[in-house]
Amino acid sequence: MKAFEGLRFKRTSSFIHQLDPRVKFVLSCVVFILAIMFTELLPLTILLSVQLPLVYLAHVHKEWLSSLRSSLILATMIFLTNLIVGYVSSEFQLTSSVLTYSSSMTLRFVTLVASFSIFFLTTSPDDLGLALEQSHFPYEFAFAFTTAVRFVPVLANEAQMIIDAQKSRGLELEKGNFLKRIRNYLPILIPLIVNAIRRSLELAEAMESRAFGAKEHRTNLFALKIKMNDVLVLIVTLTILAFSIYIRLYVQIPIVEIPTFQIT
Amino acid sequence: MIKVENVSFTYPSGVNALKSVSIEISDGEFVAIMGENGAGKTTLVKQFNGLLKPGEGDVYVDGRNTRDLSVAELSKDVGLVFQNADHQLFCETVEDEIAFGLRNFGFSNRVNKKRVKWALTLLDLQEYRKISPFMLSGGERKRVALASVLAWKPRVIILDEPTVGQDQSQKERLLQFVRQLNTQGNTVILVTHDIEFVAECDPRVVLMSHGRIVADGPAKKILTNPKLIKKTSLILPQITQLFFKLADLGFPKDVISICEAKKLINDFVARRS
Ligand SMILES: Nc1ncnc2c1ncn2[C@@H]1O[C@H](COP(=O)(O)OP(=O)(O)O)[C@@H](O)[C@H]1O
Ligand SMILES: [Mg+2]
Repeated sequence: MKAFEGLRFKRTSSFIHQLDPRVKFVLSCVVFILAIMFTELLPLTILLSVQLPLVYLAHVHKEWLSSLRSSLILATMIFLTNLIVGYVSSEFQLTSSVLTYSSSMTLRFVTLVASFSIFFLTTSPDDLGLALEQSHFPYEFAFAFTTAVRFVPVLANEAQMIIDAQKSRGLELEKGNFLKRIRNYLPILIPLIVNAIRRSLELAEAMESRAFGAKEHRTNLFALKIKMNDVLVLIVTLTILAFSIYIRLYVQIPIVEIPTFQIT
Repeated sequence: MIKVENVSFTYPSGVNALKSVSIEISDGEFVAIMGENGAGKTTLVKQFNGLLKPGEGDVYVDGRNTRDLSVAELSKDVGLVFQNADHQLFCETVEDEIAFGLRNFGFSNRVNKKRVKWALTLLDLQEYRKISPFMLSGGERKRVALASVLAWKPRVIILDEPTVGQDQSQKERLLQFVRQLNTQGNTVILVTHDIEFVAECDPRVVLMSHGRIVADGPAKKILTNPKLIKKTSLILPQITQLFFKLADLGFPKDVISICEAKKLINDFVARRS
């Protein structure tokens, strides 16, 4: 359940929290684009490190670190897959470039997780819904999205209660071989899914009894406004993007390679 | 016997849910743990079957430290039934649901069959044997959940909020059932803030508030103490309220059960006429 912690919005007020969600989204997307654009270790490392001040500004370092930690398994898998494929395709030699490539692929993934984690940690689901709506997404879509995000902690909480209940009935999750272990999760997954469906039906009824969808155009109590800070951040972000594109196209990036020791 | 020694517990989120709690529960006792929402009742009983291990202090079940045992090992002796049956039902039939725990604990097929039948009868569920638990009503689902724990005959039975969402007649049946379990020699621990229910059971009452035990004693003494009751956001049992009002007619103030009330009023009327 810890895996969700890194995506759960933390309600504090900071410079980052107060930014317009659309601007933050652009920021995350730019990080995404940059991470895809570069395959070299150096720029990816820089990309990851420039996010550190943002995390610090937003006071979310604990949650951010926990989301990085939970991405560790996937990161390891990415690293190993790349390593094995590279190893096989370079005729069973662990060359330095294979190692470097695998590392940068992993770093790219971690960078993406890091940036989206900042976005979700500092943007309340409500703001997100508003942003979607004001970007002319259909309201139903925006609502479905915010509801899904909002129910993640509820679901995590419920999963814990179900685990407790089944453990109290003698269920041992870590027992048995690989297949048995997967089967051990059935007593947890079934109640979780059944309850989620039941709850969504209840939610639908509750919404309809509050006239959801009665009028084509609904009005909002709050509206998002682009402020001075937003404009500044946007300008800086886009400048960085333009600068990076320039570097990509016209500058030779110094190659940092991880040395290997040849085993003979 | 369950022995809790100076146990403190803090959730990872930082909530300090138990603050140096000590309590002893002997075999065959009937205990109600009461207190306001968030008092730490569920956190305390989760220590009894090892779902949570104390941050500080120790919990012993029959002399064994819970730190050294798994939840499964402890649950065999300490059966914990949670409030929400929907958090545990998952099998295709009620029968399978009841057999789940038995299989986990490795009972033989022959014993399984016998125990399932026994539990079905005990909770009056025979007719639903082959039905999906999801098709049952809320009260029935709760009974299935209870049966699925009682099936392996744990000596200690903990019921967390058993009366929530139950109608009056279901409560009545539960009351009889709980009493029966206790007279058969089981230790019964009720976690509830249903004061009327507890008043009818007349158990030992442990009052909790803000992670501490604030009172511990017979129901008759604790439930009729307005100060204590108020402290834990409860209200006095209706019978007690009535007898507080009748005090100037010479009635005692520590009345909690209908039987006792009836006797006192009978005596009073007899004396008058
Ligand atoms: N899984 C959990 N994580 C964090 N805090 C919790 C958790 N469960 C309970 N708490 C907190 O611990 C305190 C005691 O909770 P609990 O034992 O459930 O109280 P009760 O059962 O008496 O209502 C409450 O403040 C509650 O918010
Ligand atoms: Mg509780």
